[in-house]
Amino acid sequence: MTSASIKTLTSPILDNNPITLQILGICSALAVTTRLATALTMCIALMVVLTLSNTSISVIRNHVPRSIRLIVQITIIASLVIVVDQVLKAYAYAMSKELSVFVGLIVTNCIVLGRAETFAMNNDVRSSFLDGLGNGLGYSLILILVGTVRELFGSGTLLGVEIFPIVSAGGWFQPIGLMLLPPSAFFIIGLLIWALRSWKTEQIEEPDYRAEPAR
Amino acid sequence: MPERPSGNWLQRLREMPNDRPAKIFIVALTVSLVCALVVSTTAVLLKPLQLANRERERQEHILAIVERLPGVRELFATVGARQVDAHVVELSTGNYVRALDPADYDQRAAAKDPQLSIEIPAKHDIAGIKRRARYAPVYLVKRDDEIKLIILPVHGSGYVSTLYGFLALAGDANTVVALTLYEHAETPGMGAQVDSEKWRSQWYGKKVYDDKRRVRLGVALRPVDPASPDFNYLVDGITGATRTGEGVSNLLRFWLGEYGFGPYLAKIQS
Repeated sequence: MTSASIKTLTSPILDNNPITLQILGICSALAVTTRLATALTMCIALMVVLTLSNTSISVIRNHVPRSIRLIVQITIIASLVIVVDQVLKAYAYAMSKELSVFVGLIVTNCIVLGRAETFAMNNDVRSSFLDGLGNGLGYSLILILVGTVRELFGSGTLLGVEIFPIVSAGGWFQPIGLMLLPPSAFFIIGLLIWALRSWKTEQIEEPDYRAEPAR
Repeated sequence: MPERPSGNWLQRLREMPNDRPAKIFIVALTVSLVCALVVSTTAVLLKPLQLANRERERQEHILAIVERLPGVRELFATVGARQVDAHVVELSTGNYVRALDPADYDQRAAAKDPQLSIEIPAKHDIAGIKRRARYAPVYLVKRDDEIKLIILPVHGSGYVSTLYGFLALAGDANTVVALTLYEHAETPGMGAQVDSEKWRSQWYGKKVYDDKRRVRLGVALRPVDPASPDFNYLVDGITGATRTGEGVSNLLRFWLGEYGFGPYLAKIQS
């Protein structure tokens, strides 16, 4: 692999992360991260859809008329999502029931359409494949971190295995109920963004406006 | 002389400018066809597995319903390995139909077949299901020829989806043992609580009919005073899911009424 293609693959993981830098895909990051297992399933589903949609859109990029390009992209993405949803229903039935509509909602995930429109339409198949995979990994990294924190502190378990024995079952850990509610994902993602931007200061955006100093 | 187009049709298509209407149509059509092919192939190939999953879940729900009855595990031990008797009932008369094998009978498919279903008059279609199969399966748990448990499949419209479930009545055909709604797409966290253990547990011991044989069982729209007679028939609604609660009330009243299992239950009681 050339250094350029390695960069295409790895830059969306930390330097250009779809969730923490572009602030996309937040809806599913809130919805499916109460437990690590659902978060992992969602990561795999999104990664498959994103990689395949980027690849197939890149294959036909030179023949997509500008006037219908968004419809063509959405058609391809929606078909891939249906396929993934059907596979989950056949091979991971309980998990697909738990994820309910959120697998279907990958269609509307801004990351997928965003990568198709900005990257796959303008780059060759190989880079588009790597870009899809890289963005999928970047999304997964955040979901796994958020899912780990929420399940560990909200239920005292990880992947259903008890880590902290909870009080109601005779242990010492008092689960933090807030962790099971959607707002906690906002707090955790906010803290992650803060941590990441403190480390990589080039990600800090210029403020749009500055308050006038008090006189 | 204009230059003659060279190469085969594929070559010509590749060279056609993208903004020409013909190209737009061809690209749109090709993408749609390929996507349709992929989606339908997946759906057809995976259908047997998905149906098997659904069927396994349905069986588990029947057993889960049955096992809620106090002492039913012991009952199973005496009647032998968790066995449930299945029959097909003609709903209008309440008679058993021996010609139909309950293992093969598919009530959902029958409801769509004009030969096997009836249209429900709009006035009586409180469950909002439009058509109803002529026949329905019922599951009975018996001991010494005495019916201990009657399990009825029910369905009806909720807020955004059709709810499917099983209602289990005790041998008197008037006392609820359990209601499980195993398939629905109600709002997650709101209406979807109909399948939560906490909400389901309220149904145990509620009565179906009052003295005048009207169906009273349902979901309350406001808090019910435990001292009032309504408390025998109504369970608490779910906050924020009034329409789902109404849907559950309506589907119960439909399936326990004259267009549902009413005639069958009357036969069992007499």
